[in-house]
Amino acid sequence: MDRKDQDWGDAPASTHKDKSAQAAGLPAAEDGDVLVARSVTINRSRHELYDFWRDFRNLPLFMENIESVALIDADRSHWRVKGPADSTLEWDSMLTEDIPGEVLAWTSVQGADVPNTGRIEFRDSSNGRGTIVTATIAYEPPASKLGELIAKLFGREPKIQARRDLRRFKQLMETGEIPTSAPPEAAPRSE
Amino acid sequence: MRALTWQGKTDVRVETVPDPGIVNPRDAIVRITSTAICGSDLHLYDHMIPGMKSGDILGHEFMGEVVEVGSGNQKLKVGDRVVVPFVIACGQCFFCRKQQFAACDNSNPADKSDPSEMAYGYSMAAAFGYSHLTGGYSGGQAEYARVPYSDVGPIVVPDNGIDDDEVLFLSDILPTGWMAADNCDIEQGDVVAVWGCGPVGLFAIQSAFVMGAHRVIAIDHHPRRLQLAQNLGAEVIDFEQVQVREALYELTGGIGPDACIDAVGMESHGMSPDNILDHVKVKTFMATDRVHALRQVIMATRKGGRVSIPGVYGGIADKFPIGALMEKGLTIKSGQTHVQKYTKQLLDLILEGKLDTTFLISHRLDLEDAAEGYRNFKEKQNEYTKVVLKPGLKAPTRH
Repeated sequence: MDRKDQDWGDAPASTHKDKSAQAAGLPAAEDGDVLVARSVTINRSRHELYDFWRDFRNLPLFMENIESVALIDADRSHWRVKGPADSTLEWDSMLTEDIPGEVLAWTSVQGADVPNTGRIEFRDSSNGRGTIVTATIAYEPPASKLGELIAKLFGREPKIQARRDLRRFKQLMETGEIPTSAPPEAAPRSE
Repeated sequence: MRALTWQGKTDVRVETVPDPGIVNPRDAIVRITSTAICGSDLHLYDHMIPGMKSGDILGHEFMGEVVEVGSGNQKLKVGDRVVVPFVIACGQCFFCRKQQFAACDNSNPADKSDPSEMAYGYSMAAAFGYSHLTGGYSGGQAEYARVPYSDVGPIVVPDNGIDDDEVLFLSDILPTGWMAADNCDIEQGDVVAVWGCGPVGLFAIQSAFVMGAHRVIAIDHHPRRLQLAQNLGAEVIDFEQVQVREALYELTGGIGPDACIDAVGMESHGMSPDNILDHVKVKTFMATDRVHALRQVIMATRKGGRVSIPGVYGGIADKFPIGALMEKGLTIKSGQTHVQKYTKQLLDLILEGKLDTTFLISHRLDLEDAAEGYRNFKEKQNEYTKVVLKPGLKAPTRH
């Protein structure tokens, strides 16, 4: 959104105290959606980060809840995500915006277990500290019994989940591995 | 392997636990030859630091021999003799590149970073054996340890002609004492006062002199510790016998110390009204940190002077003299030690014979006797200035 429309200064919409103003930061979001936005600076080039993310099959490497992403074609992919009580949630996702080295956005197609949209922006840090990656995710828990569970599981800590996933992305991109203090048999995959 | 595990408040035990293994490409496994108990381990022992889990392996001052390296480690090789910094740092983030290793953005696992982000605004770097707030990594009071990002932290020391005891403290307390003095920005003619003559305080005294301090005044109440400070050339004040602020005023001709170092931290002793009040408040959870020493430091520092805080604090303090700080125009520097920034220069000073740290060690125990070491280090602070544990010291007889 254009800055002149904002009456609260230069801060991003996602930091607004008012939920409806937050939603204005993500065009695809509707009332009732759970919104998460978070930035992280990664000491790597925009293109390197974009390229890694653009291959959606890489996402399970650093996103804790995603079991797998399979490519259907250049713009579509199939996602399998851990749900509550050992369930698996699935959906097809479609690219809605793709500017190499700058933006990736996607939305789930009709019939998704959890309708969702996501947008990742890659910007050069103006003071030479690498790339500022901003992730904005919105999703709509379904109105069912399972949906209530999902809302509970995801809705309670979506910000925590998003910041952990972004943190793992940064760790993997900057250091080539994802730190863990878990013992070898319980440690997550990073090699 | 055998390892010292935390079980609860003032309950630590040596137990048999699974051996560590390589997890990530840049890891190494170190067979530990010497490992020390740190004053800050007593904060864990007393359960003053949250985020401990029963069974956690303690210890963040250790050295030994590399016995295994991960596939992505281009620096270490099997057989290298290394001292391991207590701070785990990736070497590649914004902070590591500024040599602020203790602020490393990557070493703390993502699933462990939330509490410190909530407590401090940003998540902290990881450390060995120091609660799940700083990563939950197993520590080095054990026979073996897994060292993440081992191509950044561990410093290789020569095999011959130098004993473990001479270099072990590069892992923490020597760089910590050094940085404490470095943070004082010592100028010619400076009088530096140091609260606390534990290991960090003593090394800060030594470092301050190396950096050109004109006089160093040390404050403690244990006679043996004050004696060690005196041996290093410091003038000493026993806070149980004299009024510390008045003494510092007189000893500096009414100007006050140019720089003051709080090497005491959150569990300061001494029975003055404000400390008793802190004690009550900590017991009733109205505050978490007892800051008697720090208050005295801020009151005693001369106008326009410098305050350095290597002492560990974790929470929130009450009755902090913000007015004295502002009105006198003090500069405060603090922080966990950027160990990796200092290890090379300090190893050189040791090898050149300009720094000797072995005077500090009062007791060398087998790892099996670590629990006794903790108890005595806490309860007999006068005699137990530093405990070094050596796995296999009593070998071959094993429990």
